[in-house]
Amino acid sequence: MLRKAGGIEAMKLLPQFFHSSLGKKYIMAITGLGMLAFVAVHLTGNLQIFLGPEVLDAYAHGLHRAEELLWVIRVCLLVFIGLHISMAVVLTLGNRAARPIPYERSRLPGASHAARTMIWSGSMVAVFVAYHLLHHSAKAQVSLTGHDFATFQTTLADGTTCHDVFRMVVAGFSQPVVSVFYIVGVGLLCHHLSHGIEAAFQSLGLRNRVWDAAVRKLASGAAWLLFVGYASIPVAVACGYGREALN
Amino acid sequence: MHLSLRVWRQKSASAFGRFETYEARNVSADMSLLEMLDEVNEDLIASGGEPIAFDSDCREGICGACSVVIDGVPHGSRHGTTACQLHLRHFKDGDTITLEPWRARPFPVIKDLVVDRHAFDRIIQAGGYVSVKTGGAPDGNAIPIPKTDVDRAMDAAVCIGCGACVAACKNASAMLFVASKVSHLSLLPQGRVERERRVLAMVRAMDDAGFGACTVTGSCEAVCPKNIRIDVIARMNREYGRALLKAGFVE
Ligand code: HEM
Ligand code: FES
Repeated sequence: MLRKAGGIEAMKLLPQFFHSSLGKKYIMAITGLGMLAFVAVHLTGNLQIFLGPEVLDAYAHGLHRAEELLWVIRVCLLVFIGLHISMAVVLTLGNRAARPIPYERSRLPGASHAARTMIWSGSMVAVFVAYHLLHHSAKAQVSLTGHDFATFQTTLADGTTCHDVFRMVVAGFSQPVVSVFYIVGVGLLCHHLSHGIEAAFQSLGLRNRVWDAAVRKLASGAAWLLFVGYASIPVAVACGYGREALN
Repeated sequence: MHLSLRVWRQKSASAFGRFETYEARNVSADMSLLEMLDEVNEDLIASGGEPIAFDSDCREGICGACSVVIDGVPHGSRHGTTACQLHLRHFKDGDTITLEPWRARPFPVIKDLVVDRHAFDRIIQAGGYVSVKTGGAPDGNAIPIPKTDVDRAMDAAVCIGCGACVAACKNASAMLFVASKVSHLSLLPQGRVERERRVLAMVRAMDDAGFGACTVTGSCEAVCPKNIRIDVIARMNREYGRALLKAGFVE
């Protein structure tokens, strides 16, 4: 019976998995949670800005010395993003096709704003991530700030010279436009996650009536925590934190 | 009381449809919405018009035949109530009520407010049953079942297959329906024997029918006339993952 479970042979299970709506949701949930893990770890790195330039620059430099590890993470993230977006697009198109004639009055009872707009919040997050990578990782000069980030250098306690991440962040966020854009970007991400985390638990079947309330609180709590954490950096710079690094 | 109705009229599956306006005058607040439609139809027939086609059978909220979207909400916005059990006292005198059929590609409109729900039958045929060898009927109490399992199974078994979950979902997803059947049968020992085959086959039939996927908006549970909760969908997702793993690695 099992060999022909549901009329499919064991060999055809993987295609069946990718083909089915539930399988696609599993992939969305796993890749989404994978990206969430990255976003959380990335925040713990970023928050080191509050420990001062030396700590942050040493941390950034340390990361770049572990180049192999970085590449593993980059490749994983790229695969996650690719799978997440392609599944999102395929599922969304299928979902739209499932209702070719809309209601004249459509109320979508019970559906939160975040839940209704996942594809839009997700797409805007994708645009934000692309900008963010250009801005920081690729160190592209953004004419707005009038600084060439690539030229920012600093000397660490052990004498090595490396990229001055602290100064780059402060210079970037000294521009209100950049800060506002950043806060809106992380806001959208957290809006996406406020529904996404809960949905991921549901898609993976990790939810029941006992844990339901806890899962909901965890999802919105984590989303808010991430938002406050990420937004605190531009807000601190706006309040004058680290300005002396620019002189 | 007096109500104005905007009703979707469509002659046949292939015809174009549009909204028509009707007046329901002197209807009693104690009538159900369907009884009001009966009255409107009497008037229509008397004046030589074509009565409004709509589905109904038991009229007591247990068969799942009635299927009307009332002001944008399947079965109307009263919790845990089918359209046949929705009484006019929940509307205000002079209200305009918009009535539309279920809208989903797998549920094509046959006429006016009547849709073809065979897609649900095909999902049930794929696995929504328990195979029993014929023979002497077993003693009903021979298999002990824990009370909590019975309760959870019954919470799902109350599904009347009306399709309001599909109608309410922004993705026209049939997950709540399929998950109710999968949960109900897999929780009970008689159904557990076929649980892997069942969930894989039913999910495949659901996808083949063209229903959308779940995005966990919760609209289905908000409109379910039997108050089935979306934790059954989590259970189905778990069953599905378990079935795939078992089919892939056991044997
Ligand atoms: C850092 C980036 C992102 C993270 C951390 C993230 C996270 C998540 C998580 C955890 C889920 C829940 C999975 C599930 O429903 O089972 C999800 C769902 C989803 N994501 Fe993302 N996502 C990100 C980017 C994107 C992007 C770029 C898009 C769009 C192109 C997108 C579109 C969607 C859609 C459509 C859903 C399904 C909505 C639903 O289930 O209600 N996401 N995301
Ligand atoms: S007619 Fe049977 S449930 Fe409404």
